[in-house]
Amino acid sequence: MKFSESPVLELRLPVWRSRLILIAFAGAFFILLGRAVYLQGLNQDFLQAKGASRYSRVLEVPATRGKILDRNGEALAISTPVKSVWAIPEDVKVSGGELKQLAALLDMPQQELQKRLSATERDFVYLKRQLAPAVAERVAELGIPGINQSDEYRRYYPGGEVMAHVLGFTNTDDVGQEGIELAFQSQLAGKAGSRRVIKDRRGHVVEDIGSITAARDGKDLVLALDSRIQSLAYSQLEAAITQHRAKSGAIVVADVRTGEVLALANLPTYNPNNRTRLTGAQLRNRAVTDMFEPGSTLKPVTIALALDRGKVTPSTVIQTDPGWLTIGSATIHDAHPEGALTVEQVIQRSSNVGSAKIALGMPALAMYEMFEDIGFGTEPHLGFPGEAAGRVRPYKSWRPIEQATMSYGHGITVSLVQLVRAYTVFAHDGLLMPLSLIKLDQPPAGKQVVSRKTADAVRHMLELAVQSGGTAPRAQIMGYRVAGKTGTAHKLADGRYAHDKYVSSFVGFAPASNPRLVIAVMIDEPSAGKYYGGQVAAPVFAQVMAGSLRSLGVQPDAPMEPIELPPPGAEIKESI
Amino acid sequence: MARLNFLLLAILALCALGLVTSQHKARKLVAAHEREQTRARQIDVEWGQLQLEQSTWALHQRIERLARERLHMAMPEQQRVQIVQPGATP
Repeated sequence: MKFSESPVLELRLPVWRSRLILIAFAGAFFILLGRAVYLQGLNQDFLQAKGASRYSRVLEVPATRGKILDRNGEALAISTPVKSVWAIPEDVKVSGGELKQLAALLDMPQQELQKRLSATERDFVYLKRQLAPAVAERVAELGIPGINQSDEYRRYYPGGEVMAHVLGFTNTDDVGQEGIELAFQSQLAGKAGSRRVIKDRRGHVVEDIGSITAARDGKDLVLALDSRIQSLAYSQLEAAITQHRAKSGAIVVADVRTGEVLALANLPTYNPNNRTRLTGAQLRNRAVTDMFEPGSTLKPVTIALALDRGKVTPSTVIQTDPGWLTIGSATIHDAHPEGALTVEQVIQRSSNVGSAKIALGMPALAMYEMFEDIGFGTEPHLGFPGEAAGRVRPYKSWRPIEQATMSYGHGITVSLVQLVRAYTVFAHDGLLMPLSLIKLDQPPAGKQVVSRKTADAVRHMLELAVQSGGTAPRAQIMGYRVAGKTGTAHKLADGRYAHDKYVSSFVGFAPASNPRLVIAVMIDEPSAGKYYGGQVAAPVFAQVMAGSLRSLGVQPDAPMEPIELPPPGAEIKESI
Repeated sequence: MARLNFLLLAILALCALGLVTSQHKARKLVAAHEREQTRARQIDVEWGQLQLEQSTWALHQRIERLARERLHMAMPEQQRVQIVQPGATP
């Protein structure tokens, strides 16, 4: 039968019925169209993100913290990966035996472990951080469900306590907490990157999608430190502190020509690799943060000022008889009456009266400006946290007695680092060199504080001070000419000078004909009988200077003759 | 006409197969690259650990102690030391 002959066509159905169907279909079509536009046009980004999250993963690209190296490229601080073990308490299913094994591996008491694992209200507990990879592997082998591991970095310091104060340390999150680690945190810290990848069923990365943020590893930091000199300085300081039963001590070695700090050690110290039971005393970087009254080591500054202003010449005679000087209601003393001394001898024999008389001949402003120029009262800008600026009171409030005592280092406080910096002036033709902990490519520009002639004159006086007629014959070194000054000061306790507590110090440089190194030694409260800077601090200086000059291969500038020490009892005691 | 269509269909099928194989190869290469990168990181870590070990063994205090105790060495006296400057005539 043909279609045209179909009886159905004879029925003549009403037209609205076919229209209705047409409209219904058209309506459905438009709804679908609208939905398609909505999904693919308007809502596309959201849906694509949703889809991507089903197969793509963002991976973190770890970055390592920069190494710290010494000037010869020896590693002083390195980060290496360790594991941290954590648990989801709810998921942990552990048998008694396994718990015992786990506790043994993690090196913690079983009860403590049990307590952490039963803290079901928490989703995440660290069981142990910074675990050695080998141990972590054995923990993984136990295969306890709910116990996981993640990568972390831990910083190791091969030098241990020798470099502790310079380097500082980082916390468990590898963020600097002290010393160089803190000061140069932004340079050392790496920045972890990220990448978006497609992972297959087995967890393999099959494709990189989207942009990759590259990880930026921390930059390595090359310090000015010379680890040979550092370890020599540390061991000599330690020996002296033990011998003199001192409370603490510090030593700083700097290169005169560049201002680079070659060694900086403090005692007591700590092992940065094992920081349980740390005390504040151990942590203190005394050379940088502690201020002390320097005592006689400041006399050369006063004398240099007087020479520079033309007030005196090295041979001007100062009358120090009868060995004391009364200013207002106070009296200052010399250790023993010296009579008439030349300016040179005032330094050599360390006369308080002499330096006070010279100081009182100058305006307070001039002295204040000199202290400021030579860096007292301002931070040394090494970059260390908590650098002490020292204390120099404004000159307008100085009374004459204060001006007199400041001339020999009382009533003014400085840090050991500032003292080293100040002595670069005498060692480097009147130029004050900025100190640096970082190895420099070229020496920085110094600041002319006194004339070259003055610096040479003071250098000569300092050379006399370490010869047998001076206060520090024990600072002499065979083969090298040495220049330096002792300091011995009573310690301040509760606002008064304690009569049985001293700070012994020595600052000097060598070889005197062409200075290369300046070293400052400070020993706090030597209590084994000897306390003069010339007896306690000077020998440390001599040992460290001799070893350092030898290791740097500095040409000797004196004949190789045994050094002369005055007979026992005949040593010249400096005035305190 | 039909013959041309069959030809195009065959080409299309070949292209599709090519796409699949090259995608597979690309993924394999990515996985290999990934492995090598992991290895590079591991080697880097190992290098750091070796450096650490070297620094620990080469500690000055340790070397000095060994030289003194095991090898019975001593620092030469200053008189016996001569410093030679490069370029200087003896």
